[in-house]
Amino acid sequence: MTKRFRLLPLLAAGAALTVATAAGERAVAQDIKIGSVLSATGPASFLGAPEEKTLRLYVDTINAEGGILGKKLVLVVYDDGGDPSKARTFAGRLVDEDRVTAMVGGTTSGTSLAMAPIFEDARVPFISLAGAVEIIEPVRKYVFKTPHTDRMACEKIFGDLKARGLVKIGMISGTDAFGKSMREQCLKVADKYGVTILADESYSAQDSDMTPQLTNIKNTPGIQAVVNPGFGQGPAIVTRDYRQIGVAVPLYESHGVASKSYIQLAGPAADGVRLPAAALLVAEQLPKDDAQRPVVVGYKQTYEKATGEPVSTFGGHAYDGLFILVDAMKRAGGADPTKVRDEIEKTTHFTGTGGMFNMSPTDHLGLDLSAFRMLEIRNGDWYLAQGDR
Amino acid sequence: MRALLSARWVTLGVLCLVIAALPLVFPSSYYYRVAALVWISAIAAVGLNILMGYAGQVSLGHAGFLGIGAYAVAIGPARFGLNSWLCILLGALLSAALAWLVGRTILRLRGHYLAIATLGFGFLIALVLANEARWTGGPDGTPVARVSVAGFRLAGPVTWYWLSGALLALGTALALNLEDSSVGRALRALHDSEIAAALAGIDVARCKLWAFIIAAVYASVAGSMLALFDGFVTPDVASFLRSIDLVAMVVVGGIGSSAGSILGAGLLVTLPQFLTVFAEYEQIALGLIIMLVMIFLRRGIVPTAQQLFAPRRR
Repeated sequence: MTKRFRLLPLLAAGAALTVATAAGERAVAQDIKIGSVLSATGPASFLGAPEEKTLRLYVDTINAEGGILGKKLVLVVYDDGGDPSKARTFAGRLVDEDRVTAMVGGTTSGTSLAMAPIFEDARVPFISLAGAVEIIEPVRKYVFKTPHTDRMACEKIFGDLKARGLVKIGMISGTDAFGKSMREQCLKVADKYGVTILADESYSAQDSDMTPQLTNIKNTPGIQAVVNPGFGQGPAIVTRDYRQIGVAVPLYESHGVASKSYIQLAGPAADGVRLPAAALLVAEQLPKDDAQRPVVVGYKQTYEKATGEPVSTFGGHAYDGLFILVDAMKRAGGADPTKVRDEIEKTTHFTGTGGMFNMSPTDHLGLDLSAFRMLEIRNGDWYLAQGDR
Repeated sequence: MRALLSARWVTLGVLCLVIAALPLVFPSSYYYRVAALVWISAIAAVGLNILMGYAGQVSLGHAGFLGIGAYAVAIGPARFGLNSWLCILLGALLSAALAWLVGRTILRLRGHYLAIATLGFGFLIALVLANEARWTGGPDGTPVARVSVAGFRLAGPVTWYWLSGALLALGTALALNLEDSSVGRALRALHDSEIAAALAGIDVARCKLWAFIIAAVYASVAGSMLALFDGFVTPDVASFLRSIDLVAMVVVGGIGSSAGSILGAGLLVTLPQFLTVFAEYEQIALGLIIMLVMIFLRRGIVPTAQQLFAPRRR
């Protein structure tokens, strides 16, 4: 008899679950459902958490202001923990069970690429928040994305180098996903800007000393600048070693270090480093007549006030995705997924935190190089670089 | 002996019945997908149970074999133009060979050295999959070619529900039959007392090695199925957390019971789907449920239930 009682807590838990599930599925038919599968926990949570907070914050704001076309927005968020197989299951759930109008999500390139076929088959628009260019190339009819690509970051750096007449460069890249992918894209677009890569070094993410590679670059004759595609703490070590062995030419970092922790890690060595980054980082410094200024300042202040955390470009991608979708639904005059998709593709002159979006049937990102600003680090802070508005 | 035999057929019969009957209550294809994932995870769990339940050894890097199976069907057809079905076999062979290499020396030692060795093995596989981007597509993963049988393209959750269900039934039947083979009898003897088994002339190391190889093959096949079903694979398939998931399935369901492993797989795959209503507290709720099971049903769900409902004899 006592053994039977041991089962009771479990049965109770099961019953509670059933009730909770039933309650969670109650939704009004007239509402517009938007889905989102994000990596809010797990190794990519530093990307996924601000995305989730941004979506929840602005869906609440939109509903408080009366919703869209007189209907309330309902946001359905699932956490995939960075696991593409889980992401795919949740994507199926959004399509089959929740019957969402569209999806804004997909934190990592892996989860986005895994989910894309589901939305493509179900004919539901999917706006991804991940970096890889493969998400939109080749173009899938129902798949879009908002973050700029690393190819664009390279082009921005090379454009700046060309303008300064520094076309013979050395590269030192991380061997992680980010560094590898960006290095490849840089090699692809170098010719277009007349840039010659004289030295091509690499380091692994765990390395704590990059002096040998940098010495090789320093001793290569004719080097006029150095570019460092990298992510995390590697670039900070590169920057410190760079100053230590006294390389005299300018150093360019990537958008992967566009966070305050890079400046803290690199210290005074970061002074004079240039990098491409979204306008969001220098929101208050933008000229008064800059079209992006009201958007980025507005988002920065709203987000920081609501969450008490510093704004990041990742949350900005979610902001852009949500409002591209909201505008498309307004133009479509309803929540029919196919009509909404057509309108997303027609997005033009949409000013977001990432830049000005002009989508087309052949371009499901729609950003150009103006999405990036060239920043220079001085006295431990970002400033718009000379010659970049 | 007769009772044992019938218990075996009951397990298999109930499994087949559940697989056949579940679609009657499925309202949408999403349910087929989740169920297919349960069957696929269960294949790996049933295999791991042979190692944990009979040989008394733990593999903490079992997802590494999932990864090998998954990437075999991703790389083989795309790079070498091989048939996907052949690649499942090649993946299983490679897994078996690696298990033999890792286990051959380690399993001669007493104690849980295999757990440590497999822990390292799992990390190694995950690292290789993430870093050899030329072959594996790197951390962002790689697409997996769809398979077809006689011109019929195998896609969609419903097809895969039946396919993985059938494979699970086959895998379970084999696992249950193993008990009656010479290796199975030796493993059972070994489970009761290693010294007694050795004295009875059983090559303990060889038996453990066989259990490990069989478990690796089960996991590899499950990995191949998962990759073919998803149509996309990333190094995440071989992650440490997934190895822990597999061990948890076997432990929660009840070590030594194939039915328990399937039930454990069912719980661990479907619970996160039910728990999404708790949003941020999902992980806490999942942990709490597993803790409750371990506290109140210490031997695992199925063995405890069997004990509860078995007629008292004596």
